[in-house]
Amino acid sequence: MIRHLLSGGDVDADTATLILDTATEMATVAGREVKKLPALRGRTVVNLFYEDSTRTRISFEAAAKRLSADVINFSAKGSSVAKGESLKDTALTLQAMGADAVVVRHPASGAPHRLANWVDGSVVNAGDGTHEHPTQALLDAYTMRSRLGRLAGLHVAVVGDVLHSRVARSNVLLLSTLGAKVTLVGPPTLIPVDIAQALAPGIGVSYDLDAVLPNVDVVMMLRVQRERMNDSYFPSAREYARRYGLDVPRMRRLPEHAIVMHPGPMNRGMEIAPEVADSPRSTIVEQVANGVSVRMAVLYLLLGGNNL
Amino acid sequence: MTAYLIRNVSVVGAEPTDLLIRDGVVAATGAELDAPDATVVDGAGLVALPGLVDLHTHLREPGREDAETVESGSRAAALGGYTAVCAMANTSPVADTAGVVEQVWRLGREAGLVDVQPIGAVTVGLAGERLAELGAMADSAARVRIFSDDGHCVADPLLMRRALEYVKAFDGIIAQHAEEPRLTEGAQMHEGEVSTRLGLTGWPAVAEEAIIARDVLLAEHVGSRLHVCHVSTAGSVEVLRQAKARGVRVTAEVTPHHLLLTDVAVSGRSELASPALANNWSPAESYDPVFKVNPPLRTAADVTALRAALAEGVIDIVATDHAPHAVEDKECEWAYARPGMLGLETALSIALEVLGPQWDLIAERMSRAPARIAGLDSHGLDPAPGVPANLTLVDPAARRVIEPAELASRSRNTPYARMTLPGRIVATFLRGEPTVLDGKAVK
Repeated sequence: MIRHLLSGGDVDADTATLILDTATEMATVAGREVKKLPALRGRTVVNLFYEDSTRTRISFEAAAKRLSADVINFSAKGSSVAKGESLKDTALTLQAMGADAVVVRHPASGAPHRLANWVDGSVVNAGDGTHEHPTQALLDAYTMRSRLGRLAGLHVAVVGDVLHSRVARSNVLLLSTLGAKVTLVGPPTLIPVDIAQALAPGIGVSYDLDAVLPNVDVVMMLRVQRERMNDSYFPSAREYARRYGLDVPRMRRLPEHAIVMHPGPMNRGMEIAPEVADSPRSTIVEQVANGVSVRMAVLYLLLGGNNL
Repeated sequence: MTAYLIRNVSVVGAEPTDLLIRDGVVAATGAELDAPDATVVDGAGLVALPGLVDLHTHLREPGREDAETVESGSRAAALGGYTAVCAMANTSPVADTAGVVEQVWRLGREAGLVDVQPIGAVTVGLAGERLAELGAMADSAARVRIFSDDGHCVADPLLMRRALEYVKAFDGIIAQHAEEPRLTEGAQMHEGEVSTRLGLTGWPAVAEEAIIARDVLLAEHVGSRLHVCHVSTAGSVEVLRQAKARGVRVTAEVTPHHLLLTDVAVSGRSELASPALANNWSPAESYDPVFKVNPPLRTAADVTALRAALAEGVIDIVATDHAPHAVEDKECEWAYARPGMLGLETALSIALEVLGPQWDLIAERMSRAPARIAGLDSHGLDPAPGVPANLTLVDPAARRVIEPAELASRSRNTPYARMTLPGRIVATFLRGEPTVLDGKAVK
């Protein structure tokens, strides 16, 4: 098993499959009356969050607690971090407290990679800047496999602000490793340069959502920050929604079996219409539940847990 | 004043000869010179070059003496074979008045290890809003001739035009940091495959090329001298080539790091920089801010174009952009780190690595041409009888492993840590006085 999980590209196909299979085991725990395993008893997991992200933090917290780990939540607000302590000094503090794993969310791309130089424990990237969010990609893959029965050979469209999306980067890397085909869809201003050379040679790019939809098994909508409008990436929220939003007529273009995903939080009415988000095709709520199982699997495997 | 007799040294690659230094000048050259009073230096196997001249050095004093001082930077320069450095204006306070440039100039004289020639700011506080008192700096004891807002681009085209025109009165030159500010908002590294993979905001080549294209047209229009700092892209080379062919009075520099390293270094895969490190790669080595610099490290195709342009003369000189930074400004997240790399103590080694032992070319690009551009009359002269004894002795056969802790700079931010580089400076003389002997600083 790998020591850190920094990128969707850190895991090969066997490791990714092991994580997904382990997550399936973990999911059975959620159905029990006592939702707890002793696997990580006595181990310490630190949630180090430099950005507000309640959903990701509580997902990791629930995952660690269900494995009986001790959880320390270290939020940048109201701590020494807010007083200007450097990442390195924070890392050395966590190291001195004996953190076995550090789950880090940070606004700067690559911060988890820097952190990995300064702590002995495992570092799990819970989202760094506009770079990656590998556990999101794992839970997305888990969700696709649960719904569609396989990953190899699937065609997945990732739609929206790919340029600033850590979810997109991690998904492209992981899905390519697992044999799925990915097509990135968005306005040209939001598709990063040299994306195929950068991430995976087989990925496709399209600026035309309507043309792509009939050929996909999965459509994953990315959140679009409204402030991108001020940077002239697109003229207006309304125009964006008309060209790249997934509304009901567009959803009808999808094959019968295709599913609709979104990492959340959603802008209803912008990139996704409420009727679509709440439709039976939507896996959005499942993704949240699966997140806990996948993060349990990641922590369990990284920390070499036993007694499953 | 002690005399020095350097025996059997190759002057700029020629057949070995003796070189007698007395009273601040090269007193004689020739075989078997006789000077019983002189201290003998064995020059066998060494190459004598005119003392190197750096047109682009950050000495950080006044303001950031924790990162570098005029004295520590001067020592680093001497150890790198330099006898003159031009000190950039982005200090704190900014060198935008006669008072600050004179302070830097005086500190350089007191250190006495290289000639420190201050560069003046083009605009007040480097703010790009109104001209600094360029004439007052030119008339000061520091006799400033190069003006630059380096670190910031003089982006306003009207202000740039006025600056170019105004300094004609005292044969000044504007050294432009070519970076279109709107195209580089939040930029962290070269925009391309690697920035896409790493999720870092891109610094597109066109942001440099667009400013150079504009500036050569402005310089042509008003008939002024323009110098382009740290050219980093193949496209910039083409713009310069065309401008020079038209007769525009433009000169350009390239840094050692842009001649050797690529943006791949940011991803932690250092094999392009050094095969010796290729097997040690780990993801944790990515995003190391020691590779953060402005303009950013570019692609292998850019490196190839820059090397060709330097050999050809489209790029006139190598300048270090020596940029010391305190540990805390580099040991942090990539986005929060300051851009810049040390350069003075490794520049000649990089030139040797890149150009090979083309001594005349190295002397031209690292000494004669920068001295001409800066108007430093006593520098950039090949050692010959009657010439000021500003020279350096290089051992081209030596190879050394770069250890950051062993550098004379106060800072440690060299991108070449643990790399093995060719060449070593054995001695440097400033007006006949040794500043480096046996590879060690004299003071």
